[in-house]
Amino acid sequence: MNLTLKAWRQSGPKDSGRMVTYQAKDVSPDMSFLEMLDVVNEQLILAGDDPIAFDHDCREGICGMCGMVINGVAHGEQRATTTCQLHMRHFEDGATVTIEPWRAAPFPVVKDLVVDRSAFDRIIQAGGFVSVPAGSAPDAHSLPVRKEDADDAFDAATCIGCGACVAACPNGSASLFTAAKITHLSLLPQGQPERIARAKSMVDQMDAEGFGGCTNTGECTAVCPKGIPLDTIARMNSDYLKANAK
Amino acid sequence: MTATIERGSATAPVTSPAKASPPSTPKKTGGFLGSSNGKKVVMAVTGAIMVGFLALHMLGNLKIFLGNDSFNEYAHALRTLGEPLVPYRTVLTVLEAILLISVVLHMWAAISLARRAGRARPVKYVAKKSQAQGYTTHIMRWGGVTIALYLVWHLLDLTFGVVNPKGFDSSPADRMIAGFQPERWWVTLIYVIALVMVGLHLRHGLWSGFQTLGWAKDRRRTLKLAAGAVSAVIVLGFLAPPIAIMIGFGK
Repeated sequence: MNLTLKAWRQSGPKDSGRMVTYQAKDVSPDMSFLEMLDVVNEQLILAGDDPIAFDHDCREGICGMCGMVINGVAHGEQRATTTCQLHMRHFEDGATVTIEPWRAAPFPVVKDLVVDRSAFDRIIQAGGFVSVPAGSAPDAHSLPVRKEDADDAFDAATCIGCGACVAACPNGSASLFTAAKITHLSLLPQGQPERIARAKSMVDQMDAEGFGGCTNTGECTAVCPKGIPLDTIARMNSDYLKANAK
Repeated sequence: MTATIERGSATAPVTSPAKASPPSTPKKTGGFLGSSNGKKVVMAVTGAIMVGFLALHMLGNLKIFLGNDSFNEYAHALRTLGEPLVPYRTVLTVLEAILLISVVLHMWAAISLARRAGRARPVKYVAKKSQAQGYTTHIMRWGGVTIALYLVWHLLDLTFGVVNPKGFDSSPADRMIAGFQPERWWVTLIYVIALVMVGLHLRHGLWSGFQTLGWAKDRRRTLKLAAGAVSAVIVLGFLAPPIAIMIGFGK
């Protein structure tokens, strides 16, 4: 299959950037989106051009490195799928595909489709941890956890921190990411001692990074490759209110 | 005997964090009301106050169907609420003040959050496709502006009587009946458009408030259904009197 790509090219953080059109020829429907870009890049290199820079690592949907806005949707229109797991068979032959980086002030473009997501790291540093005595792993049954809580905590913990929620949010809010991190710790016994302080410091850090506020549009959860539910944001809000009531 | 262990690059001492880029938290957050979550709580609480007012206002309006006297008595009762313990119009004035403060705070929080959102996405997408099936969420801001503009008209029409054929020195029921006569169909039209906007605003705002206050866990579907139902009841309740008057009721 053949595709017309309109990809964002930006040589560096200072460059203003522009959309550039490329032809992707002889694309196999079995290729992943990233493999398709690899092929295009090989052609670009052979032609003496600069390849399109994009983030990627595991290519099996669990690391959270890849991510681009494809045809106006973070990670493409295939639901609950990372860009690396998106296959070309979901595109029509001859289609035009626009590819843009995550757009948010706290995610400055490094090059082309690569954005700097250190803001997420700083949100985690602000409180996304539990202080427990290190040592050998405790027995699995030494701390009882309700099945429902364990399920919800695990659902939240599947967040891979890719940033699609920020990219899709009309407000550029990092609420779903922050809420997922807050939820998976606050539902478990190990997370209780720091629970309230955690919500406050992580939300405050999210604001300090320049992310927008949540208006409950649900765009984030719709594009989340892990389907993190909006319930996590309700939990975050609840913990944040408790933190401020103190 | 001492052995010197050479450190490879993998086990080299970690450079002190001072040399690395310091975590960028220079911006002050400005406390609870300065935070995005705090502003959302302001939106939720003031929104709840206004929804409470809307529900009572709607029920009051329906009194027109019990006759002009019933409606006028209700209007009078609002002004004499709490008498003789408190002077004429005290309770009503206090309620009006609370409502005014709510409207101002609601708008302040909305504007401030919208500006924050604008700053968070300085470069817009070339292509952007909404994935959440909720068109109401995308008209909250302009819908709010529409409602605010309508509110000005509404107060001039039925409260102060400036743009009402009966003027200020008339009974509330007379103003209402005169305001929605068939030849003033365009007033009814403004009213209908504004109420549809109110309904859509509530459709998202109602459940959203619960979410903001952290009460929407595990019951969002129910809350959304309830929000739709309450919005529909409020809109229909408000639309009944003007439409009934336009098609001949109260002559």
